[in-house]
Formats: sequence, C-alpha cells, structure tokens
Amino acid sequence: MKPGHCSSRLLPTRLPASMVWMGFGAALIAAPLLSGEGAGLSLLSQIGMVMIFGLSYNMLLGQGGMLSFGHAVYAGLGAYCIAHALNMAGAGKLPIPVSLMPLLGGAAGMTFGVLFGYVTTKRAGTTFAMITLGLMELVFASTLLWPEFFGGEGGVSTNRVIGSPVLGIDYASGIAVYYLIAFWLFVSTAAMYAFTCTPLGRILNAVRDNPERAQSIGYDPQRVRYLTLILSAGFAGISGALSAIYFESVSAESVGAARSGAILLFTVIGGAGFFIGPMVGAVVGVLLTVVLSDVTRAWHLYVGVFFMLIVRYAPGGITGLLVMSLPVLRSGNFRSVLPWCLAMVAALLLMLSATVLMTEMLYRLTLEMHDATALHFLGVTFKANSIASWSLAILMLASGIWVLLAVRPRFLHAWHTVQQNPQPALQHDSLQSIQQDGLPATQSTLPGDRTLL
Amino acid sequence: MEFALITLLNSLCYGLLLFMLSAGLTLIFSMMGVLNFAHASFYMLGAYLAYAISMWIGFWPALLMAPLVVGVLGALVERYGLRAVHRQGHMPELLLTYGLAYVIGELVQLIWGRAPVPYRIPAGLDGSLFTFYGTSFPAYRGFMMLVALLMLVAIRCLLTRSRTGLVIQAALTHPEMVEALGHDVPRIAMLVFGGGCALAGLAGVIGGNALVTEPSMGATLGSITFVVAVVGGLGSLNGAFIASLLIGLLQTVAVAIDYSLRDFLSLCGLSFSSGTDLRLHPHPFWDLTIAQMAPVLPYLLMIVLLICRPRGLMGAREG
Repeated sequence: MKPGHCSSRLLPTRLPASMVWMGFGAALIAAPLLSGEGAGLSLLSQIGMVMIFGLSYNMLLGQGGMLSFGHAVYAGLGAYCIAHALNMAGAGKLPIPVSLMPLLGGAAGMTFGVLFGYVTTKRAGTTFAMITLGLMELVFASTLLWPEFFGGEGGVSTNRVIGSPVLGIDYASGIAVYYLIAFWLFVSTAAMYAFTCTPLGRILNAVRDNPERAQSIGYDPQRVRYLTLILSAGFAGISGALSAIYFESVSAESVGAARSGAILLFTVIGGAGFFIGPMVGAVVGVLLTVVLSDVTRAWHLYVGVFFMLIVRYAPGGITGLLVMSLPVLRSGNFRSVLPWCLAMVAALLLMLSATVLMTEMLYRLTLEMHDATALHFLGVTFKANSIASWSLAILMLASGIWVLLAVRPRFLHAWHTVQQNPQPALQHDSLQSIQQDGLPATQSTLPGDRTLL
Repeated sequence: MEFALITLLNSLCYGLLLFMLSAGLTLIFSMMGVLNFAHASFYMLGAYLAYAISMWIGFWPALLMAPLVVGVLGALVERYGLRAVHRQGHMPELLLTYGLAYVIGELVQLIWGRAPVPYRIPAGLDGSLFTFYGTSFPAYRGFMMLVALLMLVAIRCLLTRSRTGLVIQAALTHPEMVEALGHDVPRIAMLVFGGGCALAGLAGVIGGNALVTEPSMGATLGSITFVVAVVGGLGSLNGAFIASLLIGLLQTVAVAIDYSLRDFLSLCGLSFSSGTDLRLHPHPFWDLTIAQMAPVLPYLLMIVLLICRPRGLMGAREG
C-alpha cells in the first residue's frame, strides 16, 4: 500500500475528506456560540481535552491492541511539567508563550514515553496490561515520595495569565482557553489521523493482528509498539498540558488509577475499533460524568454497568451501534423494523428505570440519607422503606424482561431481513469504510451477527 | 533476634495470603488465558460476605459459606459473561472483568457503605499463640497460615491425585484433545474460574478481619497480586508461590527498616557532605527511608525483573 493512502475514512459519508475536516473545524469554532459562556463552555473544554486523551489512548488500544491501565501517567506527568513550566514562565525564567505550552507538554509526555515505554512495551497482551498497571501504581505512589515535584497532597497550582499577551492573546477568559483547546484538538486529531495512514500506523495494525507475521516480514513488533507508545504518550502529554492550563492546578489523582480507568471506559464505550470512537466516547463519557454525578451518588455504578453491557453486547461501542444501524436506516425499509425497534427501546427503558429505582432506593437505605427517602418518578412516589415501592419496581423489571424476551426474536428477524437486502450502493459505504481493518473487537459489527442484544 | 523472627513470621503470613489470591489468579490464567481483573474484588466480596454471615450465624459457618457463595458467583460470571465474549479474543474478556471489578467495588459500597465495617477476629482465636522474648505472635496469624497451608496442600492433591485434577491439568495444555476424549472443557473452565474465585473469597474471609474490611481493600491487594503473578511468571503456580513469599517478605521487612540510602552508603564507608545542614534540608532522594519506599518496592522489583528477565521467575517464554 502506498504511503498516504488510507483505507479507513473518518466518517461514514461520501463527502470528500476536506469537507469533513472543514466541517469539524467549523463545528469547533461554532460550538461556544451554541453553548454560551459558563457551564456549557466548561463542558466543551473538558470534552475537548478528553477527546485528545482518548484518541491518544486509542492509538494503543484500538490500533495497536495494547490495553493500558496506566495511560493517565503520561497525561498527568505532562500536566505536572506544564504546571512547573507555567510557574517558571510566570517568574520570567522560561520564554515560552502559554499558547505553545501544549507542545512542551507533548515533549514531556514523549520523554516519559521513551523512559517508561521501554519497559512496558517489552511484552504485549495481558502482560503489557499488568505492567502498565504496576507502572501507574509506581508513579502514583511516587507522588507522595517526591513532594518537591509533585507538591505532596495538595498538588501543584499555577496561573495561566502570565506575562504580557503574546500576539494579543491572554487566557484570562474561559473562551480563550476553549479556543486554545479547540486548536490543539484539531491539530492533534489531524496528526493522529495522519498517523493511521503512515507506514508505522499500518504496520501497527499488522502487529496487533499477527505479531509473528509482522516479524517474519522484517518488522520488530516490540519496536513498533515502543514507537507507537512514545507518540501516543506525546499526545497524552498535550491533553495533560491543556488540563494544567485549564484547571490551573494538578494533583496526584491526575496520574491515578481512576483517571486511567476512566479513559479506558470512555474509549470502549465510544468504540475502540473506530477512529472517531474515542471522540464519541469523550462526549458521552463527560456528559455522563458531569450530568449523572450531579443527580446521583451511584453514578460510578451506572457507568460501570453501562461499560459491561457495551463490552458484552456491543463490542463496537456506540459508534459500532450507529454504524451498524446506518444501512438499515438508509435502506428505505426502516419502517418494517421501526415498531419492533420501539418495542425494544420501551422494554429497555422499563428495565432501566426499574433498575435505577431499585439502586437509588438501596442507596437511600444503606447510606441513611434521612432527608431524602422519597423518590419521584413519573408522578409516583417511591419510598425506600416501603414494600409496595419495592414490589412495584420488581414488577417493572420483570415486565421489562418479559417484553424484551418476547420482542427480541422478532426484532432480530426484521433487522436481518432488512440488512440482508440493502440497496447495493450503500453496502460498502458505511460498514467497512470507517472501521479499522480486521480488528477483532469490531468483527461482530459485520452483518449477520447476533450480538445486538 | 525476636524482631527478626516475628517479622519473618508476619511476612510468611502475608506472603501466604498473597499466594491464596495469586494461586486462583494463576490457575484461571493458565486455564483460560484470562487475567481475572476482578480477582481482588472477589477477595473483597469474600470478606464482606463473611462479615455479613458472621453477624448472622458466626465466624465458623462463614468460613465455609462465604467462599462457596463467592465461588458460585464466579462460576456464574464465567458462564454468562466470559464465555459469551470468549470468541472475540482475550481483550474483551479482560475488559469485562475490569468492568466487573468496577461494578463490584461500587456494589459493595452500595450495600455496606463507604466506611470500614467492624469485621472482627473470632473470640476463640483472639489471643497470642506464643510469646518469644516478650514479643507475642497473634494466634489468628497462626490460624491464617494454617488455613493457607491446608489450602495449598488441598490444591496440590486435587490437581495431581484426583481425576478432576488430571483432566484440568490436561485441559490446560491440550484443550482440544481433552474435548475429543469426551470431557466438557467449557464446564471445566467454569469450575476452575469458580474455584479460583472461591480461593480468593477464602482469602477474603481470613484476611478481611486480620487486615481491614473496607471498599478499597480489593484495589490495595489487587495490584500487588498482579505484580506477584507477573514476577512469578504468568501461569506458573510454583512461580506464584515463590513470588508471593518474596513480595510478602519485601513489603513486611521494608516497613520495619528505617534506613535511608545515605545511611547505607555511609555504612559502606562512603559519606558525602553536601555542605548544608542535613536536618534542615534533607535531600529528596538520598534521605528517603526504605520504610517510606515500601509501597513502591514490589513495583520496582517487577520493573527490574522485567528488564532482566521478561518472562518472570518461572514463566514460559511468551508464545
């Protein structure tokens, strides 16, 4: 395959690539106009940073088949470095404008990638996963050992409004920081997409699928993994630098297990088999985190269960589900599926609300929040200590399961009937085009498979 | 002298506890090629269930029932979760167990709250086993070691002497052949997974009251267990045993040593003066004591070992 030619497309459309990229750029520029200042803008900024982080993580997971439990190490250490760099720049010792700090963060991330990657990428597969876990624990434990660099328990705080504005840009307002993030998001996305088209990116897929064969045609799998990890750590460093600029402080949790786990969850939920998967995952993940954590204390549980359901029933993630339903949506026969689809959704919603109600009632019981024992759902008041409420919830769950079991075979039948007779022009378009070739995790999104529930 | 002996016994006790966890993990890994990320969560579940059962009917029934319940739960996870994603390769399996660890951790908090629960040592074992030059060794530690050793012998006998054990051993290396001979390999995998989880549960029952039963206990011991499995060599039961004792020793001895790197160097006749008053400006690296570094040491050991010997102490070469 000649360099610069990509078999996968960014989006399942027939639009030329330049249009897609221009659309992405325009969306980034226009987004704050829709969200307004304040909470919406902070959501957008966080989504942007998580997108870069997720895309860099997916270089390892989706494209390289390397499951890392410690990717936050690179973003976190990059963030620490940038916090110190900002402080030095504030003291006049470092003549680098804030706008270019992410580049420095990327360099820091790559440096740590060179250092740690040498150890972690010696092995692939499960051992790689465990070494990254150990490394993450090591770095996390070190944050308390070296308070000079890590700032101990409190972390390192910094200030992004330093010196005189360079090119008239200072970062006193949130909107300026958003555009800084958007700029680096666009640059990083383009760079990481370009990476998938480079010979290294292509051979990385080969190493993922069959290391022995890659080795026998003259590539060293260990070296390919190492180089990829360095680059991926660099992009993680960029996202870490942006978070240091955005939050103006870095603490030990930024290198911790929770952060590494979150990006794994988001990426898989979005769909690790697709280039845009982590971006979808970032949007869903940040929205889930921010919205759910406002509403309920059990949000970790919901995210975890959602993740397990995705792994179990939809290995292609949300992107996989969307892509799988595109040919059906476009086929014109969608009306024959629609009733069953709606019935399925209704059953799932019933089960979902019953499960959520029971979880919340249990939380009320065990954490003894005496002030809020009553829940209001669809005009019905549920009380954690009343048997009637529990029976109603269990009844809802049971009827949801019953409807689901009754409807599922008919839904699958209708779905496969439509899928097997698509209009010929659309067949190639969406399914294979944005999928990264031959990834085991996405095989089940091919037609005829029964993993969709 | 008595300090050394008691420390050694403590480290042996901790090492055996680690082995109870890593034995199940290693068995499951060599059988199914799956790293059970939720292994330490089953350990935690064992401790919490034992707490709940011991509140209800006492410690001794809990010692039997909690591992059984955990084992059944593990078998269910294998049957309805792992087996379904098995054909997509190992990564979805690992992801599923990762999600499971996350969910179990949350469920435990949901049911038993975020604070540690008062899961206590049974009254009959709440004394000292012996006193050695004025330092007493708790009877419960002795009981833990006894249970762990009994379990070790039981596994050994089960694997080498019983028919089931022989089939399991054969299925580890030649699953197709075993299947061709008419044995139900997926069912064996379910048994092994359930059994491994039950072992973790048993470790939780006897470890939960010796250490502390709280929602983070799984994560604390979990990553150490993975280190043990990697250091010992993935899939090697003997390696896991040696690595468990080694890391148990390393962690227990390290917290008791209050020497810094500088002290060691001056013991060797090397001394250096940095010109400033050391007590006012301790150097961040040279004045770290071994005790302070204790939590980091297993991971350092793992990394050093992986650089020198990537397949672990007794592991097979990566296939």
